[in-house]
This record gives sequence, C-alpha cells and structure tokens, in this order.
Amino acid sequence: MIIELLATPLGHTVAALVAILAFLGLNGLVMVYMERKVCGFIQLRPGPFEVGPRGLLQPVADALKLVGKQLVTPLGADALLFWLAPFISFAPVAICFLPIPFGPIATGMEMNLGLLLILAFSGLNALSLVLAGWGSNNKYGLLGAARAVAQSVAYEVPLLLSVLAIAFQAGSLNLSTIVEGQKGILSWNLFVQPLAFVIYFISATAETNRAPFDLPEAESELTAGFHTEYSGMGFGIFFLAEYSYMIVVCAVATALFLGGYDGPFAPGIWWFLAKVFFLVLILMFFRWTFPRVRFDQLLNICWKWLIPLGLANLVATALVMKLVK
Amino acid sequence: MKTIGQTIKSLWSLIVGLKITTVEFCKPQITVHFPRKEVTNLGSYRGHIDLVPLANDPQTPRCIMCGYCADTCPSGCISLKFHMVGEEVNPEQRRRLLLGLDVAVPRSGGKTPPPDKIERVLDGFHLNYNYCSLCGLCVQGCPVGSLAFSRDSYLVGRARQDFEFDLLARLKSRAGTNSGKAAA
Amino acid sequence: MPHDAMSKLVGDYYTTHFTPDPTSEGDTLILNLGPQHPSTHGVLRVVVEMDGEYIRRSEPVLGYIHRMHEKMGEVKTYLQYLPNMGRVDYLHALAWNWAYVGAVEKLMGIKVPPRAEYIRTITCELNRISSHLLWWGAYILDLGGITPIFYAFADRERIMDILQRVTGARLTYCYYRFGGVSADIDDDFIKETREFLQHFKTRLPIYHGLVTGNVILRGRCEDIGVLPVEMCRRYGATGPVLRGSGVAYDTRRFEPYSVYDQLEFDVPVGKNGDAMDRYDVRMAEMVQSVRIIEQALDALPAGPHVSPDLPERFIPEKGEVYFAVEGARGKIGVYILSDGTAKPYRLKLRSPSFSNLHVFAELAQGTLLADAISIMGSLDLVIPEIDR
Ligand code: SF4
Ligand code: SF4
Repeated sequence: MIIELLATPLGHTVAALVAILAFLGLNGLVMVYMERKVCGFIQLRPGPFEVGPRGLLQPVADALKLVGKQLVTPLGADALLFWLAPFISFAPVAICFLPIPFGPIATGMEMNLGLLLILAFSGLNALSLVLAGWGSNNKYGLLGAARAVAQSVAYEVPLLLSVLAIAFQAGSLNLSTIVEGQKGILSWNLFVQPLAFVIYFISATAETNRAPFDLPEAESELTAGFHTEYSGMGFGIFFLAEYSYMIVVCAVATALFLGGYDGPFAPGIWWFLAKVFFLVLILMFFRWTFPRVRFDQLLNICWKWLIPLGLANLVATALVMKLVK
Repeated sequence: MKTIGQTIKSLWSLIVGLKITTVEFCKPQITVHFPRKEVTNLGSYRGHIDLVPLANDPQTPRCIMCGYCADTCPSGCISLKFHMVGEEVNPEQRRRLLLGLDVAVPRSGGKTPPPDKIERVLDGFHLNYNYCSLCGLCVQGCPVGSLAFSRDSYLVGRARQDFEFDLLARLKSRAGTNSGKAAA
Repeated sequence: MPHDAMSKLVGDYYTTHFTPDPTSEGDTLILNLGPQHPSTHGVLRVVVEMDGEYIRRSEPVLGYIHRMHEKMGEVKTYLQYLPNMGRVDYLHALAWNWAYVGAVEKLMGIKVPPRAEYIRTITCELNRISSHLLWWGAYILDLGGITPIFYAFADRERIMDILQRVTGARLTYCYYRFGGVSADIDDDFIKETREFLQHFKTRLPIYHGLVTGNVILRGRCEDIGVLPVEMCRRYGATGPVLRGSGVAYDTRRFEPYSVYDQLEFDVPVGKNGDAMDRYDVRMAEMVQSVRIIEQALDALPAGPHVSPDLPERFIPEKGEVYFAVEGARGKIGVYILSDGTAKPYRLKLRSPSFSNLHVFAELAQGTLLADAISIMGSLDLVIPEIDR
C-alpha cells in the first residue's frame, strides 16, 4: 500500500518533502556544530566542548534553549508580517531541495526546469528579509531590510548568468541531466568553466548573506540587522533557513560544477554530500577570515566585475557551443 | 593592464588570508581547559589580604594595631577592633592610637616596634572585600609586614556577606588546621 | 493600544533636542548608535541623522560611565588616589599610573631611582603593546572580521601574564608608587619578556598577512575619514590620531620624561590622515615599543626599585603642577593644585580619547554608516576615559 503510494509521483514528492524536512532539521544541528568547531579551531580554541562527548550535543541544547524562549512581539510591530517572515524564509528552502540530485536515484522530484525552480524560490528569501525588517518596527531592522533587497536583486543577475552558461553547455535545465553530463573528474564543469564557478560561488555567498557579504545582518553596524527583534524560535527559524540556503547553494554548485554524485568506490550520495560539505567548509573559512565589505563596494563588485565577466563568459560559451555543434 | 595586475594582487591577498587561517586551523589549541587543566601562573595571583602570623606563634598575627592600613585603604575596607590591656581607654586616646603616629613606622619593612608599646590585644580584623581594589597599599605600607595577599583564586560567594571576612578568625582557624595537620 | 504606547516612545532629551539639520531635505532617520551598540565598545552613544545609509549629522552623547574620578581626587589623600588611575583607561592603565605619580613626584620633588625608571618604561611599553593589540582586534571586529581579535588576545594574554608577575593584576594595574614601583622585577620577568618579544616578532607578519594586506580591509580603511592636520589642532587630537595625519608629535620625544631621551625609537607618522594611516601608525608603534623594551632591558641598572628616602606622609607644599605622558591613545595629562593639605585641592585629568572623540562628529558627516563605524574604530576610543 505505502509502496504503491510512494510509486505515484505525488506520493514520491510528499515522501521527499518529509525526508527533506527531516534532513534540514538534522542538517541545522550538524552545521551549527561544524561552524562552531571550525571557528573554534581557526581561533585556536576547542569550540563547544562541555555538552555531550566533545560538545556534540551542544546544538541540541541550543535548539532546546531557542524553543524554550519567550516569543516577544515588539511594540508597534506588525504582528502578522513579523511572524510570517520567518516562515516565508524557511518554506521555500524545502522546495528548493526537491530537484537536487543527491544520488543517481535520490532526487526528490525529477523535473525539466529544476534549476529554474531553485533560482525562483530562493529569490523569495529576500521577501522574507524585507518583511522581517519592516514588520519589526526597528530602525536597524529597516536598514538591514533595505540592504537585503539591494543585495539580492543585484546578485541574482550574476548568479543567473553563471548558471545559464552551464545550462547552455548541457542543453538542459534539469540538474540530473547536467550531472549526467559530467563523468570523470576532468569533465567536471569546474575545469571546463572555472570563471563561471568563481562567479557562481561569490554570488552564492552574497545570496546567502554569508560573510564577507553579510550586510543585512552586519552586527557591528546594525546590531543584528533584519532579525534584531526576533527572539526564540523566530530567530531560530531564520538561523535554520540561513544554514539550509547554504546547503542549497552548495548542492547546486556541486551538481553544476563538481560533477554531482560522480566519484569512484563509494555510492554517489556520499560523494555528493562530501562535496557539498567541502564547499560549506570553504564558506565557513571565508566567514572566519575576511572582514565585511562595504555596501557600495558590494554592489560595485557585482555590477563592475561579476556581471560583465558573467556576460562575457556566457557569450563565449554560446559561441563555442555553436562552433562545436 | 595595471588594473588587472592590481586585481590579481588583491585576490592574492585574500588567498594569503585563507592560508593563514588554514595554518592556524591545524595548530594545536591554546585554551587551558579549566576543570581539566589549570593555568600555571597562579603563584602571582592576588586574592584578598590575609594576616601574617608571628614566626613563633601561628595563632597570633604580627599586627601591632597601628591602624596604618585602615587609614590608608582607599576604599575603607579595613576596620580593626582591639582593646587596651589593663587600663580603660578614652575615645580621644583611642583615635590617636588608630592614627598610630607614635607607633607606626611606615615602610620600615617589618621592623618591630619596641615591645613596651604593644599593650593592645586584637579582637577582630575585619575586611570588607567587596570594596577592595587590590591596590596593595595596605600590604606594602604595613610597618611589621603583617599583611599579605592570599592565593585563593577560586573564591566565590553568593552574597555580599560572603566577602566580609574576619581575618583574625581566619588566621586562627588556619593555624588550627595547620597544627592539626602537623600533629597528624 | 500599540499606537497609544507608541506615542510615549518619543525618545529622551537628546533625541528630542537633536533637531534635524535645517538644510536637509526629505525624510531623515534619527538613529541612536549606542549606548549599547556592538561597535561603540562601551557605553558611548552617538545620535545620528541618517539619509538612507548616509550620515547627515551626528552628535556624541557622553556621561554613561561617568565615575567622578576628578572629584574623587579631592576627597582622597594623594596615596589613596593611586588605584583610581588604573581605572580611568583600563587598557593603558600604566600610562595613567605614570602620569599621576609623575605629577606628584614633580610637585614634591621626589627623585626616582634609575632602576625604577627603566622598570616603568618596560612595563608601560608592554602595556602599550597590549593596548594596541586590543585595539587592533576590536577594530577588525568592527569591520566584520572576527578571527583577528582572538589572535590578538592570545598574545595579549602573554603580556598580561608577564605584568601579573610584578603588578599582581591583569588589567587595572596599580603598580607605580611615588618614588618608584611597588615591586621589583626579577630574572624570570626579564626572561619571559624577552621570550615574548621574540614570539611577538614572529606574530606580526601573520597579523599583516591576515589583515593589513587584505584587500577588503584596505577598501574599508583607505581614504576613509581623512583627518586634516588643521582639524586635529582645532580639536586637540593627539596620539596616533594626530600622527596618522602626519604630525610627528609624541610626548615621549618632545617633552621627554623618565629615560625616553636615552632610548632610540622612531615616531611613525602617516601621510593622508585616513583610517589606514592611523592603522599603520599603531602597527608601527608596536614595533617601536618592542625596540624600546629591548633597549631598556639591556640597559637595566641595578639599585633600589623605590626611592629610599621618601617622606613619611605625602603632603606637598602649596603649588600646582602639570605632567604629561604619552599613552596609547595620546597625550595623558594630570594637573594637580595643592593647597598644602593631605588631599589635592583640584585634580584635572586630560584624557586623549575625549579630544579624539570629538573629531568623529565632523569626520562622519556625509559618510556611509559603515564608514562611520570604521572611523570610530580607527580613533581607538576608550569610553571610560572619555567620561572619567
Ligand atoms: S598596618 Fe599592619 S600593623 Fe598596622 S594595623 Fe594594619 S596590619 Fe596591623
Ligand atoms: S589592597 Fe588596597 S583596597 Fe584592598 S584592603 Fe588593601 S588598601 Fe584596601
């Protein structure tokens, strides 16, 4: 019965969604632990250590603490928007995971426009930041929200350009197809299109609001930016969403550039996860190494460097594709 | 051409930064994990002040009740209680004794005053550690070297009252435990 | 209901009396940076008028950590005032110690033995390095780089360990005494200091690689908050802030006290007076401090660490005195007016941060919020010192 249900496309999708939500929750815990350990090691200290063996239970304790905290709606806030924002931030992430091919058969939902779906839904994140900043009736929040919009709008463009180049090359927007096109390490798009990878990775860092592009929440300027007023799980969900977006962008990068689940010996899914977490690790190193860029510099990098380079890359790809065919 | 060179240089600076963090990432940690390990320089730690006993009598402090420490302490942490042996003291006299002009030999490095001046018995030596700034003026100024910093770095308390000490009682109890230990 | 309550939230005296610039057009936003803002490092509050991300006008509001140090000076004896000095500027406590004991010594004509002078120089310069290290970490923290402060603290910790050996304290030192210092340094101290200096020299390249050369940092500092010399003069800015603008004024060099005239050191200066210059000056000053300490360790004479013939009680004649030393943030001055009693009649502290802070309002005008934070960090403010 259940097997039958799972076999239907709808059943498959629902099952995948449940699996993804479970994965996201678990992933949040793993990433929090990982980030704190990485940051600790970089700073010559052990990181979380006291709760559980080697601090393994620390993220669980953190999560419990967040759940247990009182939810405060600030005075004069628009309560509806204020509480809607975290969910708008989190909900699209789950959908973004659907078309990602974790392994040869482990794809939530096969679809031809998978890449487009991810890009479209991750764009929703900006909306949630705006709602959060606007709804919380806080000047810092408002400034953070304004930054978030400008940043997301600007960086969506180079992100698209770099992704498009790959799509041109593979001739498909289906992630599984793109992955299938990369067999053997030398045919990975990382080596075929290094420029696209660099552009993608920089834009992705900006899209996920990670340091050095974490302007919407720049804590030394805006205290906490758009989530200044959130307490307890309101903050927790934003947090979870941020980490989930990190996974999404790294997973897409893996599928597009690193050959997805391509790799010897171990089953594909392990290779996929290993590559994703390697990219996540790089993102973490970025955060703990670099100072934050300024707002206008951020936009400058985007408009003056990434977009022209992305365009040039796209045109070159198109030309080469035309000539080869 | 120049901009390209500069761009490459600036990108390289980012790599240099990443290289440094990676190297540090692999270095051993320098945290001293407290309950498992302790820092090594507790020897120079300054706790609250304590009375120093006479060399031949661990029950009796060296203090000659000159009042220098109580007068000098910037925060007024120290208060002495003592009585004269034999005779009644009038308040006027008592104040003079507290100032200790006739007895105190500041910074004489522990020179004991003539024994005929010691006609007082210390009843209590109260320290209000809440206000102490650990400046060391009392310790360095005591003419007979009767004060020293304790080394107890793990002193904790839950209330203000936990930091009001009777140093004389502390000295006595310490002497008691010490002699008890020696006997055992 | 919420709107009812909102109407009560009009702000306090400073926000209501902070009238927007009459020439400004359109809607502006009045924003309170502080008193508990992550980058004001303490309880400084700056009311800013913002136009989008740009700052139209700003005004520092002081007094959140006013502790009446000057008034306390009038009710305490000369000796009793000593512990206060470590708390005015807790980061370069020994310079304040020095300024005060130096003033009293000058007032009473107390001679300091040479060994004590050298000990003071060594400890004061060590303290200067630790202060600059903290500034370095905190400044990068303001600019969003989190890791450097941990490296800085690891080194700073070693300085504190060294100073703890002799002063017994780790932060608010009360070490200098009239006519000397309270405890002599021993061979272990000298050994540890030398080891630390060696270690520190290997650390500096790491700092420069991680931060100084970083293109993002340079973008945040270069041409930000350009401070003309004329403006420094107007506000009385001193220390690295003034030297960053190209004026080689250092109290240690121009009004030499103690043994600084016998030691060789450079006074680093900047060129443009932007935040990067102030940064470079401080980084170079650490190197100079290392040089000074090495020379002082080599030249350390034997002898007493405190003058043997001190008066029994410190009761100066009638008179007044001013004594200035070079602190990590600039010129520290102590003025004492004595009426011949055991307590000063008036005691005035010149705090360098106070003058340096007021440059901020003018520098921040028309900059981005992020730049204003960068400027504030580059001034190296210690708030308790401003309020005193
Ligand atoms: S200064 Fe020394 S001798 Fe005098 S009262 Fe204090 S502890 Fe006793
Ligand atoms: S150390 Fe200073 S503050 Fe503490 S009791 Fe002694 S004189 Fe008073």
